[in-house]
Amino acid sequence: MTPENVQITVNGQRHTVAAAPATPLLYVLRNELELNSPRFGCGLGRCGACLVLIDGQAAWSCLVPVGEIGDAAVTTLEGLGTPEAPHSLQDAFIAEQAAQCGYCTPGMIMRAAALLAATPHPDEETIRTALAGNLCRCGVQQRIVRAVRRAAEAQP
Amino acid sequence: MSTYQTGRLTSQELAAEPFGQRDLAPERIDTWLAIAPDGRVTVFSGRVELGTGVATALAQIAAAALGVPLDAVTVVMGDTALTANQGYTAGSKTVQGTGPILHSAASAARAILVERASARLDSPADQLTVTDGAVHAARDPSRSVSYGELAGEGFGATFEVAPEAEEPGAGVSAPRLDLPGKIFGGVSFVHDLRLPVMLHGRVIRPWVRTPTGAGARLIAFDASSVDDLSGNIQIVQEGDFLGVVADREEQAIVAAARLRVAWSEPEDLPAQAELFDWLEGLPVSEHRVLVEAGGVEDALANASRTVSVTYRFPFQAHASLGPSCAVADVQPDSTTVYSATQGVYPLRDALADLLGRDPATIRVIHMEGAACYGHNGADDVAADAALLSRAVGKPVRVQWSRQDEFAWEPKFPAMSITVRAGLDKAGKLAAWDYTVRTPTHGSRPSGRAANLFAGQLIAPGTPLVTPWRGGGDRNAVPIYDLPAHRIAADWVPMGPLRSSSFRSLGGFANSTATECVMDELAALAGVDPVAFRLQHLSDPRARAVVETVARRAGWDAPLASTLGAQRGRGIAFMRYESEFAYAAAVAEVTVTPVAGAIRLDRIVIAQDCGRVVNPDGLRNQIEGNIIQAASRALLEQVAWDDHHVTSLTWADYPILTFTEAPDIEIELIDRPEEPAFGAGEVTTCVAGAAIGNAIANATGIRLRTMPFALAPGANAPS
Ligand code: FES
Ligand code: FES
Repeated sequence: MTPENVQITVNGQRHTVAAAPATPLLYVLRNELELNSPRFGCGLGRCGACLVLIDGQAAWSCLVPVGEIGDAAVTTLEGLGTPEAPHSLQDAFIAEQAAQCGYCTPGMIMRAAALLAATPHPDEETIRTALAGNLCRCGVQQRIVRAVRRAAEAQP
Repeated sequence: MSTYQTGRLTSQELAAEPFGQRDLAPERIDTWLAIAPDGRVTVFSGRVELGTGVATALAQIAAAALGVPLDAVTVVMGDTALTANQGYTAGSKTVQGTGPILHSAASAARAILVERASARLDSPADQLTVTDGAVHAARDPSRSVSYGELAGEGFGATFEVAPEAEEPGAGVSAPRLDLPGKIFGGVSFVHDLRLPVMLHGRVIRPWVRTPTGAGARLIAFDASSVDDLSGNIQIVQEGDFLGVVADREEQAIVAAARLRVAWSEPEDLPAQAELFDWLEGLPVSEHRVLVEAGGVEDALANASRTVSVTYRFPFQAHASLGPSCAVADVQPDSTTVYSATQGVYPLRDALADLLGRDPATIRVIHMEGAACYGHNGADDVAADAALLSRAVGKPVRVQWSRQDEFAWEPKFPAMSITVRAGLDKAGKLAAWDYTVRTPTHGSRPSGRAANLFAGQLIAPGTPLVTPWRGGGDRNAVPIYDLPAHRIAADWVPMGPLRSSSFRSLGGFANSTATECVMDELAALAGVDPVAFRLQHLSDPRARAVVETVARRAGWDAPLASTLGAQRGRGIAFMRYESEFAYAAAVAEVTVTPVAGAIRLDRIVIAQDCGRVVNPDGLRNQIEGNIIQAASRALLEQVAWDDHHVTSLTWADYPILTFTEAPDIEIELIDRPEEPAFGAGEVTTCVAGAAIGNAIANATGIRLRTMPFALAPGANAPS
């Protein structure tokens, strides 16, 4: 785990970070790039708290070694939208107050963003199936589904 | 396009102490609030945000009482340097307990501000009005002075709490103040804290568990096994406590996994399959009759029909989505700890005991964690971070692994509840004899090192302090009109896993047992379960929630059938702690014949929490309680083998997912004239029983051991 220089593109910016190539992307995003939204939940690909998009596909950043990212584009919640220019899902999660503690929320939004990019107008069952690998211990599932539907309606 | 306010005080800013030395006497107004020259209001709460939105509710109450817009208020929560000692944030009573204090303090501050304005504007106070943080002449709004200008002399005056004060902030659904930060990637959790210099630590455990200590002793470790690793690895050992510190997080993780350690032969755990034999064979350390009247033995002997049943509940995990995390900076004469603890003061005192320091030199600052629903690993990880930081002399961040959290967090303890009840000839309740057997539900830090897991590792065998036998008997006394009855609690020693507080404590088990037995009795009497409950309820608010939930659920209409499946519906009711909020639930399930798969389709809730402060926040809480309780009722139990907890990942401890979550409908009964009752754990107590009753209704099979599951073939059509 001796750090070397690794190049990655995150939220549209190319970065050179110091990290051993085997380091899970999650720790590089959180500790080197100081991004808060990818969260450690299990480190095993079983909760979705760490979800980011890699070239538009949902990916568990707790499992992907940073050295394997290469030229792919990594997007985190911070890159999806900002308070000034929010993504429709961010608007919808606030409108539906679709969180309790909010620890799972970034992963939920990223998973939903990947879904809506591929299937702009999913039905409820499709949404539930897509989100089934993302856990929420607070039990906010019903609101999260509502928020995703709302975001889907807001897009063309 | 909208923009969102994400600015909140971060702990780093707080640590700079913009508020100076604070007195913190609870009777002083300025213990609870401050107003800056720019008019911004800071509210200081000793109770903390646990992911339920209480920060927003408290801000609402203060904003309304002061007469300032909600976005002018910042809430500082749980900091031993800044907030009053309000003990633990538990029992979901933050709004119930702190709301009236804040309302009264803010009202007193407002009166002072108006008085000061009266002198400034040279106008009698009764001719002044407050709008948006400014005092002005009622007749001439141009004659105005802002709170910021008036606040200079501070608020050292004292005030009195009016407990039943009507809070004018009530009834409005305010959006959560913390959500924008969480939705745009702000610093939101203790996990996100990055001090300028900060090392990363991990702890190494023997993967064995008994109630006190680790169940195995540290014999030796081989430092050379991590010699070749980069990251300036330091190994820290104190007694059986063992940890590593590295420059980077991933380096600490690798070092903790790689370090070769020899542990002693582990102690045996009781066989999981014999858990309840073991629990029911334990010596009773205290038998306490909670209530007794009317000669229950005679009444049972004379009853025309009786039931005698035992309901059983397994160990369950809080299973917070984010494993526990803390950052500690232990210096020779000052210590700062950032923690998601539920009680900054009790943790501070426990750390003082652990570190051998004067509590006055320790500052504990609350930062949110993933919601905990009770006593999880938050306090323990703070102790881990403190020991590692003391050893290396620098700030250390420790985050537990998923496996650490499942293995070592304090659990909801296994419980066993025996009920003997009888009906008279008319089919009404004649006798109710109820005994709950329970280990402790309270082993929080309590100011003692021994109650921190690291404290057990340093001094194995030190008895835990469980100051309080309460909790296991929560909700044991129902509010039905009981004839002859005896309700008792048998407290038994803790084990095999350390147990502590989990959402509603024993309330989840007691209400499940009580309400399932009520259904068993209704069936015995041949009376509809809703009617049977109403026959024994004279409290009008109780009747109202039962009638409301039945109406909303369409109780009297037949349940739509699903081809080839068994469907059923069940009801449950309770009053929280026999004196607070009322809740009733109707659950609908579908059971696959032969395979016995149980699906919770729909759950309807009626709830009366008195005055509703934030209706949408309350609904959110109710929804969460239902999902979590349904998950506990249908899926959850902590498993172990001879020595190890084996529920270590989400694969071994499944929880309800999106595809299993039911449709939820909620009817709130608002009582603006009544005090507000906490609602953060109320609904947990009715969901489990409603599900158990629905399964019995669908299949004719009465399940009495959680998690409720049918053996394959058990419900094959005959
Ligand atoms: S932390 Fe990556 S899936 Fe759980
Ligand atoms: S909101 Fe807490 S885990 Fe989902």
